[in-house]
Amino acid sequence: MKPAVLHVEDLTIHFGGIHALEGVSFFVKPGQIVGLIGPNGAGKTTVFNLLTGVYSPDRGDIFLENKSLRRKKTFQRCQMGVARTFQNIRLFRDLTVADNIKAAMSHQLRYPLISGIYRGKAYRRGERTAAEHADKIMEIMGLSDSADLLARQLPYGQQRKLEIARALAARPKIVLLDEPAAGMNPAETAELMDMIRMIRDTLGVSVLLIEHDMNVVMDLCEFIFVLDYGRIIARGTSEKIQNDPKVIEAYLGGELNGEYA
Amino acid sequence: MAPPNFRKRALSSLIILILTAVIYLAMHLLIAAGIIGPFIRGIINIACINIIAAVSLNLVTGLLGQLVLGHAGFMLIGAYTAALITKNSAMPLSVSLPLSLLAGGVLSAVIGLVIALPALRLRGDYLAIVTLGFGEIIRVVANNLEFTGGPAGLSGIKSLTTRQNATGMFDLIFPITAFVIFFSFTFGTSRHGRAVRSIRENEIAAESSGINTTYYKLLTFTLAALFAGIAGGLYAHQIGVIAPSRFDFNKSVEILMMVVLGGMGSITGAAISATFLTALPELLRSIGKLLANVLPDVMTGFFNNFDQYRMLIYSVLLICVMLFRPKGLFGRSEISITPLVDVFRHQGGRAPKKRKDGTK
Repeated sequence: MKPAVLHVEDLTIHFGGIHALEGVSFFVKPGQIVGLIGPNGAGKTTVFNLLTGVYSPDRGDIFLENKSLRRKKTFQRCQMGVARTFQNIRLFRDLTVADNIKAAMSHQLRYPLISGIYRGKAYRRGERTAAEHADKIMEIMGLSDSADLLARQLPYGQQRKLEIARALAARPKIVLLDEPAAGMNPAETAELMDMIRMIRDTLGVSVLLIEHDMNVVMDLCEFIFVLDYGRIIARGTSEKIQNDPKVIEAYLGGELNGEYA
Repeated sequence: MAPPNFRKRALSSLIILILTAVIYLAMHLLIAAGIIGPFIRGIINIACINIIAAVSLNLVTGLLGQLVLGHAGFMLIGAYTAALITKNSAMPLSVSLPLSLLAGGVLSAVIGLVIALPALRLRGDYLAIVTLGFGEIIRVVANNLEFTGGPAGLSGIKSLTTRQNATGMFDLIFPITAFVIFFSFTFGTSRHGRAVRSIRENEIAAESSGINTTYYKLLTFTLAALFAGIAGGLYAHQIGVIAPSRFDFNKSVEILMMVVLGGMGSITGAAISATFLTALPELLRSIGKLLANVLPDVMTGFFNNFDQYRMLIYSVLLICVMLFRPKGLFGRSEISITPLVDVFRHQGGRAPKKRKDGTK
């Protein structure tokens, strides 16, 4: 069996007295779409921040295809293959859509500074590759028509897509999507789900997503981990999760246990 | 598929190169013919030096988006280094001056790097204050050291412009100016420039997109210090006398104003406003003289010294720009001849296609 793309082991972190995460372990297999869900404040975004190196864990380790990410900085993790989007959109607002995407390819282009100055062969080759790759990604994400617009000129739904596009530009092995469907209407959400599947199928990228829209999670994710108070309380397929009493309790409170009298 | 159109870019680069050469030759002719006298010549040289300073500051302020208030400090380092080298060198000035400029630039860049290492952890107002402090420290140090000549500074710095060779300094300054503009331009459009601009837009997202933000911030800051140092060296040899007071906070603000007025992030904007602001005192003087002759005697005194109100005009100008055009005259856009190239290549009235599928 191929190793897991992402393998998290015993991840623990606390902020002051708050144990944000306690012994969290999970994995994402190659080509899988995995959901990370849980009530507000369960620690989902903290997991993402640990995966991308924004925080460093008190205990535990993260492996990308069996390579430890422990000592890697945020930008190095992206270069190694962990790309992310943000819950609150963080685009390069005053750059064009194409430049937003190309900015994330910087480390792949590799031509030296000097070549960029006199626009030598390496520069031209690099920029040509970048343009082609960006075009491909924009086509997948349905952004081709807005290539020359500034990111801030895009409508909200398109901005969300551009964030995903930018994450894909780094040629990641796994993308972390932090609430990709937030603020989208049902039609946009359906379109987004198709896109995420297409990304996985055409680019072979694994996906780990945080989402509050349960329709999206249940429909899209092949495997789900449920986080509550910093611990994994359940794992499994969508049917299993939907019927798990612990999950229902976490989301709805203890009433269903019969204590509601 | 839309690969960038390198042929079109190359064509416009060629046209710009020819234009630059034409301007250069025209200046030579005008100076040789005596139409441009020593006075105007000096202003043109100073304008070019200010362009170098403004365009280099624009790298940090416009491209990286960090406010720097100590740019004159880097000019001071370059100016003193270059002047001390040429004053103590046995080599002919035409050899020692370029070398000393390089030395001044490199020293300034090294010091810039040392300052940037801790300072770039800060951003916005805090970075501005740190760089302001740096500029003042450099000035005070130069004011108190023996070999820098103390408050009197250095004098008798030789100039390449002589009676036989009226364009000596211009021949050196103009190509350097052209190069710095060219450099900023292509740097901004390379992957490195794109990375720097993305840091300006959102540092956290840039870091998450695989961009080594620390490296690019240091790189930009160091490059800006390098060019500022070169500008300082040229300044010292153009003026002939330097003193710490010439590189005070006001000088930093003056350069910053050139950038802000032209539009932060616009190279052509910075260059144009640098030229304009350099010529402004002289313009004011001529206007003042003119008005003094026309107006009644009571006001003659006021208008005879009209150029002394330079700083007043600066502030009014700046307030007006901030009120009516907060992004500066050019915003982030550049004057480009590429559209013109399009027009010529599509003769017959066909509008050039927007870059979408075709790239002709």
